[in-house]
Amino acid sequence: MPATVQEELSTEDRFLQAFEGLSDEAKNGTVEAVQGRRRRAIEQFEALGFPTNQLEAYKYTNVAKALRHEYRIAPAEAAPQASTEEVEALLLPDLDAHVVVTVGGRYSEERSDVGALPNGAFVGSFAEGANAHPDVFDAHYGQYADFESEAGDPEQSAMTALNAAFAQDGLFLYVPEDVALDKPVYALHLPSAGDEPLFAQPRHLFVIEENAEARLIEMRRAPEQREHAPGSFTNAVREAYVGAHGHFDHYIVQDEGAGASQHTTFDAYHETESVFDTLTVTLSGDLVRNNLTITPAGEFCESHLNGLYLGSGEMHVDNRTIVEHAAPDCVSNQLYKGILEDDATGVFNGRVHVHRGSQRINAYQSNKNIVLERSAQIYSKPELEIYADDVECSHGSTTGELDEDAIFYLRSRGIPAERARAMLLGAFARDVVESVRSEPLAAWLTDEVGARYGAGQALGVGS
Amino acid sequence: MPLLEIEDLHIGIEDTEILRGVDLNADGGEVHAIMGPNGSGKSTLAKVLAGREEYEVTQGSVHYDGEDLLEMEAEERAQEGVFMAFQYPVELPGVSQQNFLKESVNAVREAQGKEELGAADFIKMVREKSDLVDLDEALTKRSVNEGFSGGEKKRNEIFHLAMLEPRLAILDETDSGLDIDALRIVADGVNQLRDSDRAFVIITHYQRLLNYIEPDYVHAMVDGQIAKTGDKSLAVELEERGYEWLSGDGVAESKASEGNASENGAATEPEEAAVA
Ligand SMILES: Nc1ncnc2c1ncn2[C@@H]1O[C@H](COP(=O)(O)OP(=O)(O)OP(=O)(O)O)[C@@H](O)[C@H]1O
Ligand SMILES: [Mg+2]
Repeated sequence: MPATVQEELSTEDRFLQAFEGLSDEAKNGTVEAVQGRRRRAIEQFEALGFPTNQLEAYKYTNVAKALRHEYRIAPAEAAPQASTEEVEALLLPDLDAHVVVTVGGRYSEERSDVGALPNGAFVGSFAEGANAHPDVFDAHYGQYADFESEAGDPEQSAMTALNAAFAQDGLFLYVPEDVALDKPVYALHLPSAGDEPLFAQPRHLFVIEENAEARLIEMRRAPEQREHAPGSFTNAVREAYVGAHGHFDHYIVQDEGAGASQHTTFDAYHETESVFDTLTVTLSGDLVRNNLTITPAGEFCESHLNGLYLGSGEMHVDNRTIVEHAAPDCVSNQLYKGILEDDATGVFNGRVHVHRGSQRINAYQSNKNIVLERSAQIYSKPELEIYADDVECSHGSTTGELDEDAIFYLRSRGIPAERARAMLLGAFARDVVESVRSEPLAAWLTDEVGARYGAGQALGVGS
Repeated sequence: MPLLEIEDLHIGIEDTEILRGVDLNADGGEVHAIMGPNGSGKSTLAKVLAGREEYEVTQGSVHYDGEDLLEMEAEERAQEGVFMAFQYPVELPGVSQQNFLKESVNAVREAQGKEELGAADFIKMVREKSDLVDLDEALTKRSVNEGFSGGEKKRNEIFHLAMLEPRLAILDETDSGLDIDALRIVADGVNQLRDSDRAFVIITHYQRLLNYIEPDYVHAMVDGQIAKTGDKSLAVELEERGYEWLSGDGVAESKASEGNASENGAATEPEEAAVA
């Protein structure tokens, strides 16, 4: 047997072993909806193994290969801490929010500052939420990121199954019928400090019931004093349910430094006349793979999915999106933009699937990339799969360099070359940033993009 | 010493020579018009003066205010007072005209040792200068040139010119695409900006513009060279006769007074151009 295969097997075996080694508390410490799935989940993972680039959906992103090294499969019991100062430094200026903090995948009661919530709403720990709302978990947990269902893409279920086997904690957001959160929820995810690479598996569930409203900003950050040890990996799963007439805005920023890899699965399901809006921003990372699946299941739904990825160094960022138009009269709008430099690689694979009978769908999908250096690479594949005849769908993908004529135009007006470049890159990212319905986050993103490309520099004279 | 001194300038791109020995002197207070057939090299000359790097200077020199212009970066030239209004202004989606102008104006001011413009002064200046070219103020708030009509783009270029107050202004076919009223407005704007320190180089196909902006010199550019220089009557003659008579070996007599022209700063003798 070739050595690589043996190594691959041993990678999965490590997880099987770790699963058997889970304490009773870790196995059973949550509600039936969670614990009842663990055994079947680990069995499914065992059958599938980590995704390799033999799978079409992982053609450019070999997860199995990225996991062959040593790391600790983090026991979820540990409750690492962060200081108040660390958290405060990472809040968004001018954002008045319900603040929740996780450290190393564990909800931190001490650092969270949820404040007063409208009646019946829950913002906090997944583990606690499961105990407080077992009925909600019964109804929703594992229903959308469903490793057992044949629907969706079986290629995508290995990581979901692995997460379901180990899931302990993360966020739970519950907004009952007719309730609107008047403030956004700001979730800060920090890694646990340490030199040892960890494999963490947070699990999040967001339930926005009929006619309810919420906005969630998730930030995965790793400040200097708690950088991920190289080789760290997070396998996160998110599920969102938005009831009829509900509205859920979800923004996530992935910025955890060059040592952190992650695979995220986000499955959102929304009902009649609801709005679901999500943005995925990737600013740093080693290997980052995001699987986003949205199912507008009722009529007159609006789904917005946007993305922005800024790749540098050796970063590899892969966004795969699927929109399942299972009901007629819906609109989906998708815009993913990337800027890549150095040896970074960007992958975009978006699929819009209009089911039979889903008439009068408007689906737009666009992926645009700027490659700053020849050494950076981009693979873009937008796909439309349409089984209805009365629809309006479009998709497109462009990849190019910065426009020399535009740079010259700015320079000929006295603006230094570096600054001209920064202005144009900021302008490129602008429509994605402006899709954000939170001023403080939009402002923060604008600054991040500006700072990345040197817009912060004082105006120089010539060069 | 003239403000702009172009000597025997040869410009190529890849293996083609586009400019084949251009001489031109322009001093503060002067207006020079350049006319010439399509593809004769007028825009190339303008872009080389503004600092476009894709063109290769194979021979000759350009001095601006006594300094070697070709050694300077594009932004440095702008900061030192060189301005080109583009024949085809570039659309910059997502770049707000306000921010762009604020940076542009302040980069130029800083280089010239002037104080940065405050927000209130900037707004006042925008209002003043957009009035000068009758540019709809809404356009000063949009993305630069994005979705502007052809005429609006041209007016916007003159608006930038007015904002930056350069010493050497090169206008590349700013009159093309303007309706007759806009033409007059743009011309009036330029005329108001004429002063003894500022030189204009105006590239145009139409003598009409020169009725409004009276040039001191008219240069006919043919095939990468200045084939003839004269006063404003040359523009009338060119419009009547075309350029054919200027290419090839023989250069016909011009009604313009050549002696006067060369004495006053246009360096190229018609004879010289013809034999080069
Ligand atoms: N970047 C370039 N690459 C290749 N050829 C070029 C380039 N720029 C200009 N040329 C060529 O050089 C010649 C002169 O072009 P230029 O734009 O200077 O002409 P022009 O006199 O401004 O013409 P018009 O009146 O049509 O604006 C043309 O044949 C043109 O195709
Ligand atoms: Mg031209």
